[in-house]
Amino acid sequence: MFKRIMVPVDLSHVDRLDKALTCAADMAKLHGATVVYVAVSSATPSALAHNPEEFAAKLAEFAESQGAAQGITAEPHAVISHDPTIDLDPTLLKAVADTGADLVVMASHVPNVSDYIWPSNGGRIASHAKVTVMVVR
Amino acid sequence: MADTSGGQGIPEPDGPSGLIDTDYEIGQDNYEAQIGPIGLDIHNPVFAISAVAVIAFVFYALALPEQANAFFGWLRPALTSTFDWFFMGAANIFVLFCLALIVLPVGKVRLGGADAQPDYTYLGWFAMLFAAGMGIGLMFFGVLEPVYHMAISSPLGVPSPFAEDGTLIPENVDAARKMGLAATIYHWGLHPWAIYAVVALALALFSYNKGLPLTIRSAFYPIFGERVWGWVGHVIDIIAVFATLFGLATSLGFGAQQANAGLEHVFGIPVNTTVQVILITGITAVALVSVLRGLDGGVKVLSEINMGIAALLLIFVLFAAGAGVIFREFLEGLLGYVQDIVPLSNPFGRDDTGYMHGWTTFYWAWWISWSPFVGMFIARVSRGRTVREFVTCVLLIPSLVCILWMATFGGAAIEQVLADPANSLVKAQVIDSYDPPISLFAMLEGLPLSSITSVIAIVLVIVFFVTSSDSGSLVIDTITAGGKVDAPVPQRVFWCVFEGAVAIVLLIGGGLGALQAMVISTGLPFTVVLLMMCYAIWRGLQAERRL
Repeated sequence: MFKRIMVPVDLSHVDRLDKALTCAADMAKLHGATVVYVAVSSATPSALAHNPEEFAAKLAEFAESQGAAQGITAEPHAVISHDPTIDLDPTLLKAVADTGADLVVMASHVPNVSDYIWPSNGGRIASHAKVTVMVVR
Repeated sequence: MADTSGGQGIPEPDGPSGLIDTDYEIGQDNYEAQIGPIGLDIHNPVFAISAVAVIAFVFYALALPEQANAFFGWLRPALTSTFDWFFMGAANIFVLFCLALIVLPVGKVRLGGADAQPDYTYLGWFAMLFAAGMGIGLMFFGVLEPVYHMAISSPLGVPSPFAEDGTLIPENVDAARKMGLAATIYHWGLHPWAIYAVVALALALFSYNKGLPLTIRSAFYPIFGERVWGWVGHVIDIIAVFATLFGLATSLGFGAQQANAGLEHVFGIPVNTTVQVILITGITAVALVSVLRGLDGGVKVLSEINMGIAALLLIFVLFAAGAGVIFREFLEGLLGYVQDIVPLSNPFGRDDTGYMHGWTTFYWAWWISWSPFVGMFIARVSRGRTVREFVTCVLLIPSLVCILWMATFGGAAIEQVLADPANSLVKAQVIDSYDPPISLFAMLEGLPLSSITSVIAIVLVIVFFVTSSDSGSLVIDTITAGGKVDAPVPQRVFWCVFEGAVAIVLLIGGGLGALQAMVISTGLPFTVVLLMMCYAIWRGLQAERRL
């Protein structure tokens, strides 16, 4: 049913992604699908990486270890954004098309008041993506 | 040492790399919290001290207005006349340094590494750096300055074309009009852009090539080493935030007064605090929308709109005043600039101190105090350019555009003043009575369709403010988040609103002048900072070339 599953990951908060990662891996095994891990960063140095190349390498390493640990086929897809705070949602939506994903599995927090002012990323992706989106809480 | 555990630390680079190996992890001093619906990721203590210091200075200016006005009223001329040699000498060094970078082999170094691709097209890049860098000053001084220098300030002792009784002295005309433009171009040409280029290049180099956080202190790593992450660095970053915020807030306050004067001139809207507060609120609201739409969806789009409107107005004035006349003014002004740049840059043995202290050193201090903001913003959007390309586009092209702007607006105004002195509105507003905010509108009234162009000019004044305000908020946000460009949204909202609020408080309570003088006084320590940056850039580029 699903061939490519996109999983947006925040490499600096991997600990908060456990449920979504496991869920995506289970779905991938069920459908024999490939999991594409998507991460977004700016070109300026951050705590994760000095530059875009290093960031991509770090994501590739993450995808490889996930693939081995979960026994699935995994791919990395690193994206550089000029202003990640604001552009995260459109960047992820574009990544859905670029990766050819037919399912998005993403982690989200429990909704709170601020989601009325700034909708959560999961909420935004779910309402705008053309493919199935599964928001894991 | 670099972190090799695969955790959150900065990883060890592979192969040849110019990265600086530091213990510091970006964001390690940051305070992260979730307060109700608001997420925070702020540098401790830069964010808090900057915000508190700004509030403290606003209170000082409001609580003791006479003392503040007296002190800063003394400080500004004291600085610009006592340290004239220092400001002018340093600015000359920056120009020579930048020109050297264009021709020397180090110009080949690419910001972001040898394989980096430019983030923006030339047009988007140029629109952003120009809108942040000069902006409003072009509107304010485009007519005022050339006419003033031609008729009143007598740079290098070139006499005025007007006698005491206001009659024209024909034999003085040619030299004075040429000097009026050349002396203006001097303030808007190579020197200011070299100041910006130095700061921007230092930040871009140490961030994109050396892997240090995008914040002012990073450029000082070669000088202070690891100590730059401590109080030395905190102080540098705090002064930068301080200068940027007060620079923006005081400009916003004065700009609202200019826009109000324009509105009165064109529509008869009264000049009062209420109108000005509404203007500041409106400008801040648009800037807020812009920062919420982000760098690409807001700031860049507005900068491009801004450039479009400015180009329209420029082309209109160029043809309305006569393309031939403006072309001659452009060539004369450029020639005068080339001929006189050396004597104008010399701080010693000058008699024209009114021009040199009142204008030149004031401008240099002003551009330098503005440079942390503009430099950091230029750095943010310049990844992927080679040093040669960078300096050419930040130094030479904006200088040429400024020369064209001044030749067009100033040239058209000078033409009006000299063609019919008795009926010239520009002469009445600049030479006979000094009324700077009206000067641009007075010139436009001497051309056809002035009711339309005056409205466009007011819109342009306002949009120029928005483009400074939004990019300034992003810069302050990044510095106070310890170099993180992905800090939570409420922080950039805070700085944008804070800046508008400070402007309104100063406008109502008085104190714009005092705090602007204080901003200019930060130009002095920053001149030292910039000189050190030249050294740091040189060291950094040498290391890159050896890779």
